[in-house]
Amino acid sequence: MLGKLTIEAVPYHEPIIMIVLAAVILGGAALVGFITVKKKWAYLWNEWFTSVDHKKIGMMYIIVALVMLIRGFSDAIMMRSQQMLASSGGQGYLPPDHYDQIFTAHGVIMIFFVAMPLVIGLINVVVPLQIGARDVAFPFLNSLSFWLFVVGALLVNISLGLGEFAKTGWLAYPPLSGANYSPGVGVDYWIWSLQISGVGTLLTGVNFIATILKMRAPGMSLMKMPVFTWTALCANVLIVAAFPILTATIAMLTLDRYLDFHFFTNDLGGNMMMYVNLIWAWGHPEVYILVLPVFGVFSEVIATFSKKKLFGYTSLVWATLVITVLSFIVWLHHYFTMGAGADVNAFFGIATMIISIPTGVKIFNWLFTMYRGRVEMTSPVLWTLGFIVTFTIGGMTGVLLAVPGANYVLHNSLFLIAHFHNVIIGGVVFGAMAGITYWFPKATGFMLCEKWGKRSFWFWITGFYLAFMPLYILGFMGMTRRLQHVDNPLWVPYLVVAFIGAVLILIGIACTVIQIAVSIKNRKQLQDTTGDIWGGRTLEWSTTSPAPFYNFAHEPQVSELDEFWEMKERGIEQEAKKPYAPIHMPRNAAAGVIISAFSLVFGFALIWHIWWMAVVGLVGMIATFIVRSFNYDIDYYVSVEEVERVEREGRERRALPSARTPNDTVVQG
Amino acid sequence: MANNAMTSHDGAHDAHDDHEHHDTNGLKVFGFWLYLLSDCILFAMLFAVYVVLSQAYAGGPTGAEIFELNFVLVETALLLASSFTYGLAMLGMNRGDSSAVIKWLMITFACGAGFIAMEIYEFYHLIVNGQGPDKSAFLSAFFTLVGTHGLHVTAGLIWMALLIFQVKKKGLTEVHRGRLMMLSLFWHFLDVIWICVFTVVYLTGVML
Amino acid sequence: MSHSNNDHNDNHGSVKQYVTGLILSIILTIIPFGMVMMMDDPGVGVIWAIYGFAIAQVFVQLYFFLHLDGSKEQSWNVMAMLFTVVIVAIVVGGSIWIMIELNQNMMPI
Repeated sequence: MLGKLTIEAVPYHEPIIMIVLAAVILGGAALVGFITVKKKWAYLWNEWFTSVDHKKIGMMYIIVALVMLIRGFSDAIMMRSQQMLASSGGQGYLPPDHYDQIFTAHGVIMIFFVAMPLVIGLINVVVPLQIGARDVAFPFLNSLSFWLFVVGALLVNISLGLGEFAKTGWLAYPPLSGANYSPGVGVDYWIWSLQISGVGTLLTGVNFIATILKMRAPGMSLMKMPVFTWTALCANVLIVAAFPILTATIAMLTLDRYLDFHFFTNDLGGNMMMYVNLIWAWGHPEVYILVLPVFGVFSEVIATFSKKKLFGYTSLVWATLVITVLSFIVWLHHYFTMGAGADVNAFFGIATMIISIPTGVKIFNWLFTMYRGRVEMTSPVLWTLGFIVTFTIGGMTGVLLAVPGANYVLHNSLFLIAHFHNVIIGGVVFGAMAGITYWFPKATGFMLCEKWGKRSFWFWITGFYLAFMPLYILGFMGMTRRLQHVDNPLWVPYLVVAFIGAVLILIGIACTVIQIAVSIKNRKQLQDTTGDIWGGRTLEWSTTSPAPFYNFAHEPQVSELDEFWEMKERGIEQEAKKPYAPIHMPRNAAAGVIISAFSLVFGFALIWHIWWMAVVGLVGMIATFIVRSFNYDIDYYVSVEEVERVEREGRERRALPSARTPNDTVVQG
Repeated sequence: MANNAMTSHDGAHDAHDDHEHHDTNGLKVFGFWLYLLSDCILFAMLFAVYVVLSQAYAGGPTGAEIFELNFVLVETALLLASSFTYGLAMLGMNRGDSSAVIKWLMITFACGAGFIAMEIYEFYHLIVNGQGPDKSAFLSAFFTLVGTHGLHVTAGLIWMALLIFQVKKKGLTEVHRGRLMMLSLFWHFLDVIWICVFTVVYLTGVML
Repeated sequence: MSHSNNDHNDNHGSVKQYVTGLILSIILTIIPFGMVMMMDDPGVGVIWAIYGFAIAQVFVQLYFFLHLDGSKEQSWNVMAMLFTVVIVAIVVGGSIWIMIELNQNMMPI
C-alpha cells in the first residue's frame, strides 16, 4: 500500500536529525500560523504563488536559494567541525553513514538549490527589464519552472526526515549508486529531485533564449545589449545544450536501479566509466552556466560604480561566446585519472588551459574599466574587488590542475576542493551578493543597509581565505576529500584554522540575514524613489523602483549601447507625453503550482516504490496540463486608465525623499 | 467558419494587437524548436551510449539475432507516411480548411498508432523470449533508445488526439494554429530521429 | 488580415514539396535497406554507405518537411540547429573517442 515506506523511515535513532526536524516542524508551523492569523494566504496565492511576473518569480527563486543556503551551509559547518574533532583517533560526532550523506547533500544543495536559483533568480528579475520587454517569452512556463525547482528542493529536505539521502557524493557515480550498493532510498531522492527540477531548468533555458533573441526593444541590436543580458543568453544556451545530457544520464541510472537495466552495472556488459564521462559532459558546462551570469553582474556593477563606460564591450562579448563554446571541449579534465591515456588527457588538458584565456581578458576589461574611473566603494564594489582577487587565485589553481601530471597527484585531494570552492565562492557567491545588493532596490523599492552589507562582505572574505587556503596546503600534504576522520596529526592545525574560517563565513551569512531584516524594518529611510538609485547605465534603471508590473508603459526605443545613460546625458525627460495604449499582459496561473504539486507526489511515490501513487502523480501532471490547454482565457489587456494611474503614482513617488540619488557618491548607512 | 472563429476570438482586440498575435505564434514555434534541439541532444546521448554498448552482448543475443528488417521497413513506411500526411494537414491549415486538417490528422494518427503497435509487439516478444533489457547492456541500450523514441511518438499521438478534438470544437483559431505548427515540428523531428534509429541500430546492428 | 497573420512564420510548403520529400525519402530508405537485406557479406563500405544515405535523408526531411532553408525568417532556427549539431558532434564524437581509449586501457577482456 505504501511501498517501502514505514515508520522506520523516520530517523528517530539520530538525535541530531530529530532535533533539527523538530525545529523545522515547529518553525514551519509558526510560519503557517502567522500567515493564517494575518490572513495572508489569499495575498500570497494571488500575488506571488500564481504570479507569472518575472520580477516576482525571480525574487522567489532568490528567497528559496537563501533558505537552502542555510541548509547547505550547516552541512559545511558539520563537515569542518567533524574533521577537526575526528582526528588523532577520535571519531567525532558524525558516523560515516551520516557523514557521507552530509557531503553529498552539501554539494547537491549548493549547486542545484543555491547557486543555480541565485543566478536564475537574478536573470529573471533583470533581463526583461534590461532588454525593454514586458515579461519573458513564456510566462506560464516560467512559473512552472520555479515550482518544479521548489519540488526538487522539497524532496531533498524531505529526505532528512523520511529515509536517507544519497551517500555517493553529489554526482552519484555508479556502481556505488546502483541498486546493489545503494539499495536504500537515498539515491532515489537524488534522482527525482534532480530530474524534476532539471525539467524546470531546461524550460528556463528555452524561455530566456527566446526572450533575449526575440523580444528586445526596437533598436536594441545584439551588440547593443547590456553585458549581463549577453552572459544570460550564453548561460541559457549552455542550459539547453547541457541539461539534456544530465537528464539522459540520470534516466539511465534510474533504469538500472528500478528495472534492472545494465548501463552502468558491474555485470552483464555495463560500463560505469560512461556514466562518469556523460555526467561531466554536463557538469563542466554547468559551472559555466553558474559563472557567466556573475561575470555579467560584475560588468554592470563596475561600470556603474566607476561612473565609466565598460572597457572593451566587444571583447567582453566575444570572450563570453568563446567561453560558451570552449566549455564543451574540456570536460574530461574532471577525470584525468580514470585512464583514458596520454593522448586524450593532453587534448583536454590543453583545451582547459586555453579556456582560461578569455576569462583573463575579462579580468583585464574590468580592471581597465576601473582605471581612471571614480570608483565608489559600495558593497557591490567590495564584492567585485573581492571576486577579482579571489577568482584569479582560483583560476590559477585550476590551470595547475589542468596539467594531467599534476592532476594525478591532486585529483580528489583537498587541493581540488579548495580550487572549486575558490572559484564558486569567489565567483558565484560573491557575484550573487553583488547582484542582489545592486538590483534589490529595483525589485523592492528600497535599498539594503550598506553597513551590514559591508560587514557581511568582510566576514565572508576573511572566512573564505581562512577556510580554504589551509585546504590547498592539506591537498599538497596528501589529504583526500570526503574523509570522515583524519589520522594524521600534522593535518590538524590546518583543519582547526579551516573550521574558524567556516565560523567566520557563518557570521557573514548571519550579517546578511540581519541586513535583510534591518533593511525591511528601515525601508522608509532606505527607499529608492528615483528608480535610478546608483546612477545606472542600462534600461532597467529607467523605470520606477519597483518597476510597474507591466515594466514599461511605452516600449523603449533604443539607439545605442548604455541607452539609459545616453538618455540621461541628453537630458531626455522620463515623462512621455505620448498617449498610453492598452497593454497586453498574461494572467496569473495556478497550473504551474498544481503540476508541480503532482510532480512532488510522483517523485515521492517513485522514491518509496508506491506505484499506485506514482500513477496518480503522473496522471495528475498530464491532466492538469491538458486542462490548462482548454483554458483560452490566459491573457488580458491593462486598460489605459490603469496605466495612467500606475504611471501617475510613479511620478508622485519621485517627489518623495530618496535614500540616495544617482549623483550621490556618499553611501548612506 | 474558420474565419468566423478567428474573428470572434479576436473580437475584443483591436488592429494594433494583430501584430502581437502574429508574433506570439512565431515566438512559440521558435521556443518549441529550441526545446526540440535540446531533445535532439538527449537522443544524441542515447545514441552515444548505444554505440558504446552496442557489442556488450554478455553472452546474450546480438542484433543480427533479434532484429527483423522486414518488420522495421514496414514501421519506417508507416512513420514516413504519417510525416507526409501531417504535411498535408498543415497545407489544409494554411487554406483555413479545418475539415481537411482533421481528416489528415486522423490518418496521421492511424499511421502513428500502427507504428507504436508494431513496436510494442516487437518489445513484447523480445521480453517474453528472455531477451529483455535486463539481460545485457546492449539490450538495455537498445530498449532505451528505441523505447524513448516510441514514448515521444506516443506523447505526440496523445497531443494529436487532443488537437483533433479541440479543432473540431473551436476551429482553426490562432492558438490552435500555433499548436498545430508545434506538433508539426515535433512529428517531423521524430521521423528524422527514426532515420538515425533504423540506420544506427537496425541496419548496422544486423551487420555487426 | 488572414494574409498578414499567417504567412510570416508557418510553413511555406506546397503539395509539390511534400511529395518530393516523400519520394526522395522513400528512395533513400529503400536503397540502404535493400543493400543490407540483399547482401550476403556486407563490408565496411556498406556501413559508410547507409550512414551517407541517412544523412542525405535527414537533409531531405529538414528541407522538404521542416522547411529549414537559407531564408531570413529561418535564420535563427538554422543557426540554433547548426549550434546543436556542433555540440552533438563534439560530445558524441568526444565520448566515443574517450570510451574507446578508456576501454582499451581499463577494461578486462
